[in-house]
Amino acid sequence: MLAFTLRRAVQAIGVMFAVGIIAFSMFRFAGDPINQIVSLDTPAAERAAVRKSLGLDDPVPVQFVRYFADAAQFKFGVSYQFRQPVSTLLMERMPATLELAICATVFAMVSGILMGVYSALRRDTLLAKLFQAVSLIGISLPTFLIGILLIYLFAVTLGWLPSFGRGEVVKLGWWTTGLLTLSGLKALIMPSITLGLFQMTLIMRLVRAEMLEVLRTDYIRFARARGLTTRAIHFGHALKNTLIPVITVAGLQFGSVIAFSIITETVFQWPGMGLLFVQAVQNVDIPIMAAYLLMVSLIFVTINLVVDILYTVVDPRLRATVGRAT
Amino acid sequence: MTDPILSVRNLQVEFASRRGTLRAIDGVSFDIAKGEVLGVVGESGAGKSVTGLAVIGLIDPPGRIAGGEIRLAGLRIDNLPPEEMRRIRGKRIGMIFQDPLTSLNPLYRVGDQLIETIRTHLNLSETAARRRAIDLLAEVGIPAPEKRIDGYPHEFSGGMRQRVVIALAICAEPELIIADEPTTALDVSVQAQIISLIKRLGRDHGTAVMLVTHDMGVIAEASDRVAVMYAGRVAEIGPVQDVVRNPLHPYAKGLMGAIPTLAGDDKRLVQIPGSMPRLSAIPRGCSFNPRCAFAFDRCRVERPEPLPRGTQSVACHLYDSVPAESAA
Repeated sequence: MLAFTLRRAVQAIGVMFAVGIIAFSMFRFAGDPINQIVSLDTPAAERAAVRKSLGLDDPVPVQFVRYFADAAQFKFGVSYQFRQPVSTLLMERMPATLELAICATVFAMVSGILMGVYSALRRDTLLAKLFQAVSLIGISLPTFLIGILLIYLFAVTLGWLPSFGRGEVVKLGWWTTGLLTLSGLKALIMPSITLGLFQMTLIMRLVRAEMLEVLRTDYIRFARARGLTTRAIHFGHALKNTLIPVITVAGLQFGSVIAFSIITETVFQWPGMGLLFVQAVQNVDIPIMAAYLLMVSLIFVTINLVVDILYTVVDPRLRATVGRAT
Repeated sequence: MTDPILSVRNLQVEFASRRGTLRAIDGVSFDIAKGEVLGVVGESGAGKSVTGLAVIGLIDPPGRIAGGEIRLAGLRIDNLPPEEMRRIRGKRIGMIFQDPLTSLNPLYRVGDQLIETIRTHLNLSETAARRRAIDLLAEVGIPAPEKRIDGYPHEFSGGMRQRVVIALAICAEPELIIADEPTTALDVSVQAQIISLIKRLGRDHGTAVMLVTHDMGVIAEASDRVAVMYAGRVAEIGPVQDVVRNPLHPYAKGLMGAIPTLAGDDKRLVQIPGSMPRLSAIPRGCSFNPRCAFAFDRCRVERPEPLPRGTQSVACHLYDSVPAESAA
């Protein structure tokens, strides 16, 4: 088990190294960063001085090693537009994004699993068919459109919820949270739904399909032949078997929830990393873009690792194979 | 004579399909007495498994019991409400399925599945149920049951898993066990162990057993009486020695002729020409008539009803002309 975890961790470091190369190469190929920093009429001597102070005149391998060593300590250089360390900027914005992503995922998991189980068990009811139809909409409508529609309905027409921003936030150390104030919670609702809707429909369809599949298996038939109650069969035996693929998908989707939050954050002017990234792209703020790339891939790699380990917790068969392989 | 544990009368099972209703079981009747093993043989699709599922009330839509009666120790069970039937399943009727590899839920420990079943049917505490589960595992011949009870199904071999399945089927001391091809998925060497286990359990607890199989060797080994099924009907039923040594129905004769003997006479095994009709194309009259060497005009028009012949009962017109007394 430990060897398995270690092996996966080494693979994860390999992936991060590759991403680091890509992030670093952005500095080289997205134009001369000096031009972004200095004004148009800066003399060449001053430009050279800035270049030297930033270490941009060193050979490329030296620069790469330095960048990578710094990145490993969460130092990503200084933002061209804000003149602040990128890590400070990211740290400021991260709580907003993570809170949004977690709320969206919880919303997607809870409603997705409930709707999926319901539509598998009561396949022919009107409500189940309605869920199917809604899920089709959720899968095919683009995120920004859903966000704008929600804003139009609940913020502009009904005036129930704020149309943008995070509301009041409370500081807990370096972490800022909107979960403790009413306005913060209200501000979370629409962005979470917008961000989570796609995942919700995905999970719902997955749960429904898996559940129908599991209900046809021999062990469910045998469970019925043993006279177990319908509830025990559906929620004990069938649901647990259904959840294995759901954990994978939901886990892997958490990474894309964070990546997709760029759009949601833009629509709702949510002060998170995604919004920071969009602004960085507009201003060719390469340190932020590179750092964002590294952050997102770190999150993806970590999630993959966690999902792999979670698997073995849920499925005893994998525990055995993992144990044997080590 | 006491009442039979299971009494099936004129059972009919139908499946609604797009091309009309298919009758999978058509007028099947049989009894199983306390402690008796009834073997049910026939080709694939003859309706053996469907009969078993009908008895335990697990015919799923689009199938349904269209007629007849099923009585368990006198109580009519074919028309019980689902919740009452659920209480009977597992408690008074146990069922063993064909494939032990897929019959157990892979995510739960063997003990959890046993304890869950025991506590569903018997009013026992967790610890008492666990003790009972260990006893059951010991009874079905699993070594070191107090250790194995915490194992997961994938940690057991096929034969051991089938023993666990049997333990699950008998954990509430049912009056009837339906074993649907319990040995088909197992090694030949393990088959014999499982068969003798089922036989022993039936004898020790006075449990009636309905043993569904297409393996004549298993039938001859394990059962007291045998029912030969063909195209949803019982062709012949009787004590196993009589049916094996002196089959009456031409189909039963064909089946017995197809059993290889160890004597080693190098005759070719007899083969029944043709194959069983599909449910959508059951011929008029006797459903066996197109394949029967003895078929005559009446067989093509009139459906034969079961006729008593000594200890056996046979559904064949060949025996209708001969008075029953002279054959005994």
